[in-house]
Amino acid sequence: MCTMIAKQVDVTGSGKAGTAWFKLDQASVSYDHPFDMPLEYALNIDFTNQAGGPAARVAVELDADSARKLVEVIQDVMHQAEVGGFMEAR
Amino acid sequence: MYTTDQYEGMLAETVILPGYHADLINAYFARPLGAGPFPGMVLVHHLPGWDEWYRETTRKFAAYGYVTLCPNLYFRDGHGTPEDVAAKVRGAGGVSDEQVLGDVGASLSMLLALPYVSGKVGVFGTCSGGRHAYLSACRIPGFSALVDCWGGRVTMTPDELTPMQPVAPVDYTADLTCPVLGIFGNDDHGPTPEQVNQLEEALKMHGKSYEFHRYDGAGHGFFYYHRPLYRQEQAVDGWQKVFAFLDRTLKGD
Repeated sequence: MCTMIAKQVDVTGSGKAGTAWFKLDQASVSYDHPFDMPLEYALNIDFTNQAGGPAARVAVELDADSARKLVEVIQDVMHQAEVGGFMEAR
Repeated sequence: MYTTDQYEGMLAETVILPGYHADLINAYFARPLGAGPFPGMVLVHHLPGWDEWYRETTRKFAAYGYVTLCPNLYFRDGHGTPEDVAAKVRGAGGVSDEQVLGDVGASLSMLLALPYVSGKVGVFGTCSGGRHAYLSACRIPGFSALVDCWGGRVTMTPDELTPMQPVAPVDYTADLTCPVLGIFGNDDHGPTPEQVNQLEEALKMHGKSYEFHRYDGAGHGFFYYHRPLYRQEQAVDGWQKVFAFLDRTLKGD
């Protein structure tokens, strides 16, 4: 909210917080103040279940280099899965 | 100045008040014991939310002789730990300036209605709360002092304006009716020293009373003792500047 650099996207998946799994329906991505990481700004991802209230959240805070590397790795893995014919029709 | 022979007592509790659109919201309230009259303070919390630092700071202001109210600006976003609630608000891009002004204005009205509050109330905020405090002092008549601690996006470029933040607070500077104290770190990325310069120029241009303190070796949020950005020497001096300013502007005749 200090930077106002934030976007949200609908997702389908599951997340685990503590010992419990729950359904995920949204991801919020921001570049703003983290809560835990010792940086002024971080790339923050909150995977949430909107009906579950604020506590239904799996939180990740990454430095900028880590965030960029993660994006590259996800793209690479998804590409391999596509080429390998592993994509499930939904 | 506290002395060891002095009586000190306070009451601190969560209260409910009608905020923006008369929505009932909660707020943290702390006041010195006694008949008063005491000056008042509205604290506008930062992005990390209505958290432990702000509740502690509310009590700190009460210990210094101010009846202090800190509204929960994220009340409408549900309840949980302050982090979880703030993360939800952060992901959604924050709360609107209009809503914050409604909640802060209601807090000012509540303080002014209390029989032990003098007619003088200030507003204090850090980080996004510094921005909201600046905006509030410009848009809400009745504040007698403003403390803006490293408020980011007080100055904004046209492409930064959004429906929730439609006007840069600096553009309301002409409407400011109270003295301003600004506390900034020279290593901050938001506001940068250049943005602080722009703010200072606006205050000068409109002939406003202001006092800026800019600290070397400090960045954003250097009062926050629980974060690595804490800077002991600068924070101690900054707090002294805050209370010297408020004592002068709110406790005098």
